[in-house]
Amino acid sequence: MSSDAMAIQSADVAGRPWVEALHEWVTTVDHKRLGVLYILFALTFLIIGGIEAAIMRIQLIRPHNDFVSPQVFNRMFTMHGTTMIFFVIMPVMFGFANYLVPLMIGARDMAFPRLNAFSFWLSAFGGCLLYFSLIGGSGLYGAGNAPDVGWWAYAPLTSRAFSPGHSTDYWTIAVLVSGFGSIGTAINIIATIVCMRCPGMKLSRMPLLAWLNLVMAFLVLISISPLSAAQIMLLVDRYLGGHFFDTQAGGSAALWMHFFWIFGHPEVYILVIPAFAFASEIIPVFSRKPIFGYPVMVGATVCIAFVSMSVWAHHMFTIGMNSYSNSFFVLTTMVIAVPTGIKIFNWLGTMWGGKIQFTTPMLFCIGFLFQFLIAGLTGIMLGAAPFNWQLNGSYFVVAHFHYVIVGGIMFALFAAFYFWYPKITGRMLNESLGKLHFWLFFIGFHLTFDTMHIPGVLGMPRRIYTYEPGRGWDTLNLIVTIGTFVQGLAILVFVANLVLSYFRGPKAGNDPWDAWTLEWSVSSPPPSYDFASIPTVSSRRPLWDRKHPEDPDSRYE
Amino acid sequence: MSAFTTPIAQAPIVWTLPYRGKVGMASLIVAESAIFTIFVVAYLFYAAKSLSGPTPREVLEIPIFYTICLLSSSLTIHLASRFLERGKRGAFLGLWFLTIVLGGLFLFGTGQEWHRLIYKRGLTISTNLFGTTYYSLVGLHATHVTVGLLMLTIVLLFGLAGRVGPEQSARVDVLSLYWHFVDAVWVVVFTVVYVVAR
Repeated sequence: MSSDAMAIQSADVAGRPWVEALHEWVTTVDHKRLGVLYILFALTFLIIGGIEAAIMRIQLIRPHNDFVSPQVFNRMFTMHGTTMIFFVIMPVMFGFANYLVPLMIGARDMAFPRLNAFSFWLSAFGGCLLYFSLIGGSGLYGAGNAPDVGWWAYAPLTSRAFSPGHSTDYWTIAVLVSGFGSIGTAINIIATIVCMRCPGMKLSRMPLLAWLNLVMAFLVLISISPLSAAQIMLLVDRYLGGHFFDTQAGGSAALWMHFFWIFGHPEVYILVIPAFAFASEIIPVFSRKPIFGYPVMVGATVCIAFVSMSVWAHHMFTIGMNSYSNSFFVLTTMVIAVPTGIKIFNWLGTMWGGKIQFTTPMLFCIGFLFQFLIAGLTGIMLGAAPFNWQLNGSYFVVAHFHYVIVGGIMFALFAAFYFWYPKITGRMLNESLGKLHFWLFFIGFHLTFDTMHIPGVLGMPRRIYTYEPGRGWDTLNLIVTIGTFVQGLAILVFVANLVLSYFRGPKAGNDPWDAWTLEWSVSSPPPSYDFASIPTVSSRRPLWDRKHPEDPDSRYE
Repeated sequence: MSAFTTPIAQAPIVWTLPYRGKVGMASLIVAESAIFTIFVVAYLFYAAKSLSGPTPREVLEIPIFYTICLLSSSLTIHLASRFLERGKRGAFLGLWFLTIVLGGLFLFGTGQEWHRLIYKRGLTISTNLFGTTYYSLVGLHATHVTVGLLMLTIVLLFGLAGRVGPEQSARVDVLSLYWHFVDAVWVVVFTVVYVVAR
């Protein structure tokens, strides 16, 4: 039935002029199309942010290099950070949430389809605004174009006196606007999961991906909002002559740090919880076992979300807080390792004794598990205040958070691409290219980010545009840069795979992985209405029940 | 495939979920509360830290009448939506209009106070830290009152055109939830600005 609908749809597309198809994509309120738009938008910015990273690494390949000027270098690390956090990982996670959550909970769309489109376009325009600064940023003063205040934009660097022109305004407004988009999407995800589940889809039967995105959306509500508030204050300071962060008038630069990191730390979990969600869906399918410890996984995620709200000042040990604050934030930071450890234990428990299939998504998930653990270990090191006093602001920190974001989040994200691409496009991604992508990226990642810890420990500060020869950093920086290019090559393989497989890949069918959640019960790509009739579920693995009526899960619930 | 789309036969289950409008508005209120929290924290953090005058004790007058107006509008909007639920459109429209009048009075009060502070007391947003935090916090709240009033007016216009009946009552309830939130925030802002940090 749904394949008939598919045939009609594709015949439609073939017969129409491209302007009409474009118009349909621009005005769409369908959660699947918006999901795809989010993902394509994020991939575009991934390439841009990657080029910025490459420019920085070329500059640092040897001491006293003059590939770019110090001013351009400042712009590059600011744009790279802002782009990767706000315009790559957040939108791509929202894209997958948009696409998958309604399909997984048996709904035909998100709760507020028009709000969904509005939120996407806010984020998209936010990204365009950030890059428009390259053209419009210099303003009256001719003081540089793109933002160059770092992605956390500490005061008083952002005040009119130190950032004349409009580059900082572009940064502020772009982040503010995309923040409103994120809040809109978060409201939508929560309302969808709470109000749109199909009959029988109790909270205790919901796929973990939906559960984790629910927690992520709640975190967006309570942590993106403080960032928006702080950006409004910064705008008041810059445009209306306010004194929020103006130390000359009694204001406090440390207050901006607090407000920024009250957002900034939960943000890490906003990014990583969807990555956990991917791992929690993909690892069971390729271990041929249901997830180990489902209720504990949900509990640990909620616990992480709560604790993540009280750890922000571990980014600020070096500003000189009193010993009580230091102890508090060290302790909460250590505590968060417990629920995270529980999750890693449960993923391993899922794989234990399973018939593991080493497909590309599974390889990426295993890479994620292994690297996320190491990232957590350096996190514990940096979470100890005395160690942090020594190494804060060094390349050790840069290596640590890239280990989280690239080694953890990006690996899980690639797993998600290989896993759900067949559902989204109807074609399988090429396995050999996928394995090549995995191994290249794996080698490049470890070359870059394992090595990067060492110059950090040797005292190389982050954000410097060049360095003196003979400090023991030279060879290490060369290796880091080589690793960057191996990663870049891997990304090219990935993009080539996405494009080639879209046209040449073998047809996927409804359920290429023999999986258990509802999105695999509809055709690939799903029809615009998702489900011909709203399904009814009676266990955590509705498709298992349908495939094995002699031994359904519901019998054991 | 048809085996997949046809659910397994089973006893029909009772399946009701919350209204999405209410959940959406509750989520928005959580986000807004976080924004207000940051502004309140900034206000309290900077209380009595201005390097120059005027200070809150010198210039602020407690707006008791306008506060009563805003808080009582919560009651009128609540009664209005109850009347709508029971299909009494006349009473609904009357109370709804009264809500707008009360909210408008409050906004007028804020405007009057700002006019006095700016032109008589010389306190602007750039005068000192008190001015910056005061106008930001109270202004953020006044912005929310304005947005609320615009939405209330839209409902009033639809109501006058005879388009709002008991079947819209759930949606009207969502808007009144927002209005209650705006009132509740004023209780916090009032306490912080006019009681605690004065």
